[in-house]
Amino acid sequence: MTLTDRQQLSYIASQAADARLNVELETEGMTLNIGPQHPATHGTLRIICRLDGEQVVWAEPVAGYMHRGYEKLTEVRTFPQVTTLVNRIDWLGSFANEVPFILAAEKLMEIEAPPRAQVIRTILFELSRIANVSLFLGDLGVQMGAITPVFLAFRDREYILNLIEGATGGRFHPNFDRIGGLKDDLPKGWIEETRGAVKKLEQFCDTIDDLLFGNEIFQSRMRGIGIIPADIAKDYGLSGANARASGIDWDLRRDQDIPLSYDLADWKVWTHPDGDSWARCWIRLQETRESCKIVTQLLDQIPAGPVMTKVPRIIKVPEGEAWVSTENPLGEMGYYVVSKGGLGPFRVKIRSASFNNISIVPWALKGVYVPDVITILASLYFILGDIDR
Amino acid sequence: MAPLSDDTTTQDAPGADAPAALPGDGLREGIIDNLRSHIGDAIVDTKITPNDDLWIRVSTEAWLSTGQALKDAGFTYFCFLSGLDWMPSPYGTSEEDPDDEPKEPDTEIVQGYTGGETRFQVFARLADLDRHVGVTIKADVPDDRLVMESWSHLFAGANWHERECHEMYGIGFDNHPDLRNMYLPGDFEGYPLRKDFPLLARMVKPWPGIVDVEPMPAEDEAEAPVEEKGDES
Repeated sequence: MTLTDRQQLSYIASQAADARLNVELETEGMTLNIGPQHPATHGTLRIICRLDGEQVVWAEPVAGYMHRGYEKLTEVRTFPQVTTLVNRIDWLGSFANEVPFILAAEKLMEIEAPPRAQVIRTILFELSRIANVSLFLGDLGVQMGAITPVFLAFRDREYILNLIEGATGGRFHPNFDRIGGLKDDLPKGWIEETRGAVKKLEQFCDTIDDLLFGNEIFQSRMRGIGIIPADIAKDYGLSGANARASGIDWDLRRDQDIPLSYDLADWKVWTHPDGDSWARCWIRLQETRESCKIVTQLLDQIPAGPVMTKVPRIIKVPEGEAWVSTENPLGEMGYYVVSKGGLGPFRVKIRSASFNNISIVPWALKGVYVPDVITILASLYFILGDIDR
Repeated sequence: MAPLSDDTTTQDAPGADAPAALPGDGLREGIIDNLRSHIGDAIVDTKITPNDDLWIRVSTEAWLSTGQALKDAGFTYFCFLSGLDWMPSPYGTSEEDPDDEPKEPDTEIVQGYTGGETRFQVFARLADLDRHVGVTIKADVPDDRLVMESWSHLFAGANWHERECHEMYGIGFDNHPDLRNMYLPGDFEGYPLRKDFPLLARMVKPWPGIVDVEPMPAEDEAEAPVEEKGDES
């Protein structure tokens, strides 16, 4: 085969370009430090990446900038005082942190909250989830340079925070759950207001679906990136939306016998077969819609009656051990409570969702490109207080 | 706008709506029997709370093989791993009135469910996500050598939990790839979650909830379901 002059020249040029490129690509390994202060980290997490060109060859998250030692602190507090501490673990969905601890204490005392308190607990639990995940949905855009969704999220989350404040008195740290029930009944007019706010949040989900999930740039940054197969997810103990995005059909709201009122509502557990960043975000969007559905249905089914069962004035929890975990906004959150019959717990092991969810980062970031680091971290969704405790 | 790949936005895994059967105690007994057929007499004690939960204590040597046997039996989800220090705190429970005579601290080591012989234990929780059942495994850590076999090659998630346990309790893990501290500075001395590690802030200044006890408004009504003391401090 003979080549024309023109073809020969272009061949030589392309060879030369390849050679130049190969020389340029032989770079020395570079260490890139992300954080501790970074908008993608929801707190202070530092990630050390070793780069080869544009690819991450090794990544290591460095936690511990926010370690507050809650497991030790619970040992010098009484059982009712512990809720104040656990509020601050996942600070965006605080009420949801209290529920498993209170349920563990109730299990040891062999009491159960009255039906009215159980339904109100479930409603507040789901409202915390909406408040938590709506901020995630807004924040997602910021990681990719889209500023608008985060303003929408902050605006609409305020409706939910106002409701939580109206019922409990605290926007972020309600400290409302008590052993045996709730601190107080709902205020007048709260149910109607909730109905309106939940409708607004459903509209917010539609907006985000359209604005963000329908965006071509968003899709190409998310689809097929950071794939986590189901067996790896189980191995690392991934839970919540991260596990369901890998096709694991498991939701602790449905799959365990727990004194919360999820069986009163008609709702659906979403799973996605892909396991990529897109799937994790999409599952959270659907879950926010499901939570809105659960809240709307439960508002019609709040039974009459007291919100507090009879408990002694000074609470002593009988000797024993109990494990209770619930499906929190970030995943499975559980408390292993050991009581020696005293006023306070002997040992509390706090199993927080983000700790396991973030331990997969060294595996998930291996071989990805630098811009994908941020989207994978964002889609895994962790909160620093939930990692460090 | 054209979708990038086949549109999966309305797709979900089959069976997502399937009703979930909740596990019964028969299933839990079956789990114990199955484990016994694999590790034999290494099961020291078991406990089942009816319709609730399952505890199994195994011997120290069988810690790794128990994890393997349970993983093979379907317990593929790693929930957590941590340590337990059963020694009562020599500093008391900080429930005492600071004006009272100091009491002689309790030194008797009493283990919890499924018993034990040593001060330290490790415990872990695994779950079977298909049968929706979980199990708590415990094992004694020998007092003379605080080292266990590492699970980190069995469950990748155990890596960080064992690092945390090592840092907080000083329990070592053989064959662990990297037992660096997670939270504390590398030259930190002591193991914070051990009961004999003092919580200095509490010892310097007693908890205000103990010294400023206000009389409760419903003091006379013994029946009234009122608030617990010291909650709002």
